[in-house]
Amino acid sequence: MTSAEPLLSIRNLNTTFHTNRGPLHAVRNVNFDLQPGEVLGIVGESGSGKSVTLRSILRLFQPPTQVRGEIFWKGEDVLKASRRRMLQVTGAEISMIFQEPMTALNPVLTVGSQILESLNAHEGLRGAAAVTRATELLELVGIPSPRERLAAYPHEFSGGMRQRAMIAIALASSPQLLLADEPTTALDVTIQDQILKLILSLREKLNMSVILVTHDLGVIAQTCDRVAVMYAGKLVELAPVRNLFTEPKHAYTVGLRLSLPEGGDSRQPLQPIPGSPPDVTNLPRGCAFAPRCAYVTDACREAEPELVQTSEGHLTACIHHAKLPVFGDGKA
Amino acid sequence: MTAQITPPLAFEIDGLVKTFPVAITMLQRVRREPKRAVKALNGVSLQVAQGETLGIVGESGCGKSTLARCLVRLHEPDSGHIRYRGDDVLDLSGEGLRTYHRKVQMVFQDPYASLNPRMSVGQVLREALLVHNMRPRDKVAERVAELLDLVGLPVDAAERMPHEFSGGQRQRIGIARALALEPETLVADELVSALDVSVQAQVINLLLELQSRLNLTVLFVAHDLRLVRHISHRVAVMYLGSVVEVAETEELFRDPRHPYTKALLSAAPTIDPDQKTETTALTGELPSPLHVPSGCPFHPRCPVAIERCSRDVPLLLPRADGRLHACHLEEPVVS
Repeated sequence: MTSAEPLLSIRNLNTTFHTNRGPLHAVRNVNFDLQPGEVLGIVGESGSGKSVTLRSILRLFQPPTQVRGEIFWKGEDVLKASRRRMLQVTGAEISMIFQEPMTALNPVLTVGSQILESLNAHEGLRGAAAVTRATELLELVGIPSPRERLAAYPHEFSGGMRQRAMIAIALASSPQLLLADEPTTALDVTIQDQILKLILSLREKLNMSVILVTHDLGVIAQTCDRVAVMYAGKLVELAPVRNLFTEPKHAYTVGLRLSLPEGGDSRQPLQPIPGSPPDVTNLPRGCAFAPRCAYVTDACREAEPELVQTSEGHLTACIHHAKLPVFGDGKA
Repeated sequence: MTAQITPPLAFEIDGLVKTFPVAITMLQRVRREPKRAVKALNGVSLQVAQGETLGIVGESGCGKSTLARCLVRLHEPDSGHIRYRGDDVLDLSGEGLRTYHRKVQMVFQDPYASLNPRMSVGQVLREALLVHNMRPRDKVAERVAELLDLVGLPVDAAERMPHEFSGGQRQRIGIARALALEPETLVADELVSALDVSVQAQVINLLLELQSRLNLTVLFVAHDLRLVRHISHRVAVMYLGSVVEVAETEELFRDPRHPYTKALLSAAPTIDPDQKTETTALTGELPSPLHVPSGCPFHPRCPVAIERCSRDVPLLLPRADGRLHACHLEEPVVS
């Protein structure tokens, strides 16, 4: 995996919002690579910077919000690219789908015209050829009677169908990377299951890479090859999915694992992480997780830990990674 | 054996029906089109024992929140009966209803919307205590401090406003408000779904602790199957306004009987990357509650439906092995 040329490389990404209470460092020094065909999960709680990381890749932020660092898309730094060049990359080679399909779709345009718009802009398709392609796309995402559905408005679709339609729009430009920001959070569990399986099957068929942002460790376990864990704007652990669940190397990941109920020990107290996620405008010195951490020592409060490699492809920013428990075969 | 529960009963719910009228347009009125209604509850019958936690699960639109709201009489059902410790709840009025409201308290889903932003936490709790004459005026402040301590908040929280608290702390305030009235029963509608994962466990632990300390009956309405499994003694599964299966928690998760329960459990993602499923649990989407399918509401999506399923409505009845569900594939025991 590591030998291949990465599709996307993120180096020292920092995204800062300017608020009334001063600068808010939503993403702090994030680094990762994405290989072709890979599904990378980014997991974290609200305010951890996972969505902001995704949106920074597409340059969806305008000044005064600052996005610093380097984002190499097939070797080219998109943060330095011209607006014009950027439009060829975003929306074409990289597509994004959002959490709320109702607010992300235009309510006064038919689903068909929204797909055609993307086909015109990115593929140069018009007329009958575009309609044929749009029908194929709706069929690809599993919408029944696709030809008729082109004329439907988003409000005529259910939540799951809207998410399928949004995926069809995202696929119109034949992207090599799909960014998915909590794509199933607003959906019911049986529909979530359908949408996740759809994304995985499209990855196979179209040889796409996917970055999936979610707060649900179950979704991560079921869909991702590798996982990045974020906390207070930092990437604190990066690991192949099985390693993350069997031998997490960051105290925060361990805390998340332990706070989840598992079958068999019903009605016993859970082991929550004390406190609540930190205020990113007012972070403590040293490790941001230290005030809530069960393994904290003075060293944690002094300097912010750097990411270190503990095994092949497994990085952690926890100085106590050797003390953390192992979760056996993953069925712990 | 799971069809039976041990008395004494808290709730006996029988044939509860609740419909909501759908607004019609002027054109539809001129055309004299018939009024339409969403059937949120389609004949729900359930029993809840005193001191137990009954989990109620299902997808959006299945009627689980409507059921919770009917139980605290925020909605008036169209027909059916709710008995609480022997009293007919729907006949209560005046002082009787007031007492019922005190005994059966609800905690709401959204900790941001369910607290008055202009009232301090102390005022929220004091109001409940005074309205129900729980304490003489000079003892109210003392009780507020007790309640805050009970839910793990500092005493100075009384002077602060809701916006100063995090989501998890606000849910604690909501629980303290409900407990102010010393209820016997808590109806918790999606108690922790608005909270971050790391904070959910704190609130769940609080609920478990309070329940054993105060011997509460809890109706835990939620869509998160992992949580429901963890805290419930028994679980009721709802689909499109009907209860399709009721069982003891471990039995339900180990050996679900109704095809919908099976699908729901297998669709929920496990945190074990080695237990990936390749096929989707269910095809198709939830039908609109405006057009509930004939017969078994689940039959259009059911992988094992037979011809009879589109015709006859299956009833929630005990089957030969003692399990309680509503599927035609196993004949009910006629007693």
